[in-house]
Amino acid sequence: MSKLTPVLSAHWDEADSFTIEAYTRHGGYTASKKALAMDPDAVIQLVKDSGLRGRGGAGFPTGMKWGFIPQGDNKDHYLVVNADESEPGTCKDMPLLLANPHVLVEGCIIACHAIRAERAFIYIRGEVTHVARRMNAAIADAYKAGHLGNGIDITLHIGAGAYICGEETALLDSLEGFRGQPRLRPPFPAIAGLYARPTVVNNVESISSVPAIINNGAEWYQSMGTEKSKGATLYSLSGHVNNPGQFEAPLGITLREILELAGGVRTGHKLKFWTPGGSSTPLFTDAHLDIPLDYEGVAAAGSMLGTKALQIFDETTCIVRAVLRWTEFYKHESCGKCTPCREGTWWLVQILRDLENGTGTEADLEKLLDLCDNIMGRSFCALGDGATSPITSSIKYFHDEYIAHVTNGACPFDPVKSTLFAGAVN
Amino acid sequence: MTTTQESAVAVEMITVVIDGFEVTVPKGTLIIRAAEKLGIQIPRFCDHPLLDPVGACRQCLVDVEINGRAFPKPQASCTIPVEPNMIVKTQLTSPVADKAQKGVMELLLGNHPLDCPVCDKGGECPLQNQAMSNGRPDARLDGYKRTFEKPINISSSVLLDRERCVLCARCTRFSEQIASDPFITLNERGALQQVGIYENDPFKSYFSGNTVQICPVGALTGASYRFRARPFDLVSTPSACEHCASGCDMRTDVRRGKTLRRLAGDDPSVNEEWNCDKGRWAFKYVTSVDRLTHPLLRNADGVLVQASWPEALAAAAAGLKGKRAAVLTGGRVTTEDAYGYSKFARIALGTNDVDYRARVTSDEERDFLAAYVAGSSTTYRDIDAADHVALVAFEPEEESPIVFLRLNKNFKKRGLKVSAVATKGSIAMDKLKADFIKVAPGAEPAAVSSLALTAKSVILVGERASESAGLFSAVAALSAKTGAKIAYIPRRAGERGALEAGALGTLLPGGRPVADAAARVDIAAAWGVDSLPSTPGRTSQQIIDALASKELDAVVVGGVDAHDLPAGSKALDAMKSAFVISLEIAPSAITAVADVVLPVAAITEKSGSFLNWEGRARAFDEAVADSHNRSDVRILSMIADAMGESIMLGTVTAAAREFNQLGKWDGARVQLAPVSPATPSSVTGNEALLTSWRRLLDMGTLQKGEDNLAGTRRPTVAVISPKRADATGVKTGQQVRVSNAHGSITIPVLVEDIHEDAVWIPRNSFASQSLVALDAVHGEVVTVVKA
Repeated sequence: MSKLTPVLSAHWDEADSFTIEAYTRHGGYTASKKALAMDPDAVIQLVKDSGLRGRGGAGFPTGMKWGFIPQGDNKDHYLVVNADESEPGTCKDMPLLLANPHVLVEGCIIACHAIRAERAFIYIRGEVTHVARRMNAAIADAYKAGHLGNGIDITLHIGAGAYICGEETALLDSLEGFRGQPRLRPPFPAIAGLYARPTVVNNVESISSVPAIINNGAEWYQSMGTEKSKGATLYSLSGHVNNPGQFEAPLGITLREILELAGGVRTGHKLKFWTPGGSSTPLFTDAHLDIPLDYEGVAAAGSMLGTKALQIFDETTCIVRAVLRWTEFYKHESCGKCTPCREGTWWLVQILRDLENGTGTEADLEKLLDLCDNIMGRSFCALGDGATSPITSSIKYFHDEYIAHVTNGACPFDPVKSTLFAGAVN
Repeated sequence: MTTTQESAVAVEMITVVIDGFEVTVPKGTLIIRAAEKLGIQIPRFCDHPLLDPVGACRQCLVDVEINGRAFPKPQASCTIPVEPNMIVKTQLTSPVADKAQKGVMELLLGNHPLDCPVCDKGGECPLQNQAMSNGRPDARLDGYKRTFEKPINISSSVLLDRERCVLCARCTRFSEQIASDPFITLNERGALQQVGIYENDPFKSYFSGNTVQICPVGALTGASYRFRARPFDLVSTPSACEHCASGCDMRTDVRRGKTLRRLAGDDPSVNEEWNCDKGRWAFKYVTSVDRLTHPLLRNADGVLVQASWPEALAAAAAGLKGKRAAVLTGGRVTTEDAYGYSKFARIALGTNDVDYRARVTSDEERDFLAAYVAGSSTTYRDIDAADHVALVAFEPEEESPIVFLRLNKNFKKRGLKVSAVATKGSIAMDKLKADFIKVAPGAEPAAVSSLALTAKSVILVGERASESAGLFSAVAALSAKTGAKIAYIPRRAGERGALEAGALGTLLPGGRPVADAAARVDIAAAWGVDSLPSTPGRTSQQIIDALASKELDAVVVGGVDAHDLPAGSKALDAMKSAFVISLEIAPSAITAVADVVLPVAAITEKSGSFLNWEGRARAFDEAVADSHNRSDVRILSMIADAMGESIMLGTVTAAAREFNQLGKWDGARVQLAPVSPATPSSVTGNEALLTSWRRLLDMGTLQKGEDNLAGTRRPTVAVISPKRADATGVKTGQQVRVSNAHGSITIPVLVEDIHEDAVWIPRNSFASQSLVALDAVHGEVVTVVKA
């Protein structure tokens, strides 16, 4: 019996799943019709009752976020959908929008109705042109079908390729035409967001989950998941697994169970370490295979559910090398606004590079940890915190491997062995 | 007075505990400032009290607890306002905060070049100082540092060393929030983030120097000061700015008798902590090579030759004794010097023929000054409290930049409504989103009369109002009708002081009317003379006319540029045939025709004061101690002694004491006899009505030798309307010739928002000196053709 609960991904395997015809065929746009007939507050209450929590990483209750929007303030309200999926390892929103863009359109209609917004902005990652095109076409079809343009409009905005623009206030700045850098809070977006108007910023998956909740009810959604983490979600599995991809399952499933569904770790190898929610979440090892993958379970084990991006690494992977790659990413993507992240990532990369080369020392390891301590919780936004997660967690679990690089004077791994083409090379 | 105004608004006070000490501060106060009140210095870079918080540098992290709940992470104390039941632990009591601060400091220093020994900022550098107080004793980061090509010019005045920058964004925030000149921004990202300008578009802000001053490291340096001195070799003297009537508090830094730099002083009620680039960077005129060093006398052959002081003073006294003589003094002299000229005219020369207005003037203006300005006290605070500010014949950014900054602050913080009655739009009007009431030159009075003001409004009227008949009368009538306050803002620093000192034909010191016998008795008694001349004196124009017609024999001229006078060449001709004594710092057109030339001290070489447009005294000490040059008042006193008509003002201090003791006139004021507006001339074809004003940075005498500063001047252009451009067949950038019977000016054209009938040119810019070339400034008919 499969543990999968496909809702968002139910029809991805149909050739025309992305079309409005296919979406309508499977009951699409009935939820929005139903919601538009409801009182907006009742929609918010329904979403609150369902227990839906933000799927962008922080897990903030979606209905509560909507409830923060001041009502009757005679101001424009905005819905902004964060589709700037850029976290290394995270690949759930893009496949979703590629295969089923209309579910987001319908979610936007419902959410706009609930928060009394007349316009939604979808901020989509700039590199994924194919997804943006498909989204654009879906929006156009929705207009043609009359779902949009009758008091609710959607604007698709294509980002210019900055990881920081996934941070909600940097996203708003970018959307307004400024450089994407996080804003000082307060004011929070619910009070003064886009163009200083009350704004809800939600992840693609959060908004896309709403139509099914409207149609099937809060109780149906409550029936899935764990005590405080309700519903089902997309887990994206990548790396050293036999069948990588997206797996929609109730919150609280374990990696062991998902790995079974995915055909297990690369044949002939065994799990070494993995990320529960993308590179910004502290690593886990094979000791964490049975941790329930919900918000509380992962947090209790010292990490974060994040975007449920399960990157799997087997024993051929050098931990130092993997962490260096991630750190290089953070250095490249640091926006530069605050000192700890901007300057800290500059030095973390250099120290890690020395360690990987084997030219580092044991003292460097101490320095690395101390620098991380000076960045973690000292930065302006969470990007700086995220940059330290792989470093501190990897040293926690693989201290000896770091030391082996120092004593060896070189990396003890053959990097080819971790590649897909390892078998083709002798 | 001001304290009662402030206490009228009840401010909620909040008590917090910082490092175990209680402190009570107004609601909204940031933690970092509440700590300052206790004397606890939390290190910081991006924080600046006059800029919006940004929380970027993270240097000011502290531990915060509210209602017993502690924040899990240290917080930036520059971004969080105090709250009741808040407990703050700074680096002094929290090891976590201390480590966080040291960690941030280490990271800031990591990529910093540590080139303090060759950096201008070394010795007065917040990074250097705070690295000592809140940094780690040793360096651990030994990889490769970020480097940049250095320095780059972001304007002709400001240089940027990017590798020194800590990216605090003070400069970019200043430019955007205070000056509304967002010409610099942060570019790129991560460690490569850097301050930059737009391509081919330099940092041409009138306020750019402030960014150099608030830069907490040596990243921004002034081109004029770079590598000139070490801060610890400088002797600093508090001073006041001599360039305009804004009244900036300043600091003058001198090394070995030479002024090397000037900085904005801190006066919250006037300039806050800012000044303009002219005030900051125009001071080389003092040390320019052509300073007069000795008295000069015209010999029998008509040639000016060096003379000793006794010779010169004797010649001056002999030339004035028993003659019909007058006094012309420009708007640049200090209050004490103006008082000296005022007293000298009345006692030594026995006349009221004294006028400080070396510019285009009117009798209406003189009456307006006596009736509404002398002794008045509209202030910056009135702008802060105004519901509506009307600008009349006044372009704030060009003519009194700190007034502009104050207007801009009120516009940005509380949406102050600004209206401008003007012939041409301006950058400042755009920034202030001012309601532009467009009029033809000369048609201002009617527009002013229809302004809807209230008793809480303020009318800022400039000296150029004297160029439109009836405009001062209209301002007075509007104020009488609505209760709006009048603030008269002259351009030059000394004008208000000269007015109060009585350097005007109709007023004695303290605003006492010459025509009032009681007022004359007042002053005569104070001066120990039997009586004072009772005939109202001539205006500057009448003095020149009287010299030409030989009704006057002699004139004492102090600090006047001939090119500021209407018909300047005729004025010089008139002076050639008269006996002229010129008190000057450097040779000029007037010293060239003078019979006796007496060198005087420049601003930095003397003490004294100015009254700014508010009437607020801006006193300063001599910054250069041993110049051996004397202030005008002392020289006038010596001439008077030589004439046997002592004015007893041997020192600046004596003059200041005597002037202040006189106090203000409390009797009846001069009434302004309303002047009817003139009908603007009608124009046809390629005729236009001239309108002009001075740019802040132009050919001004006190900007001599400042080539870097000159590089940030706004361009010399003739402004015409789109309709006229079509009719004339020119486009922006093409040349036009503006001419009249007197002469012509050929400069590029800018098609912009201006009254159809008007053509605007800068009044004293390179290639466009309207008084010299056209003998016209405002309202006269000229011809505009494609050149």
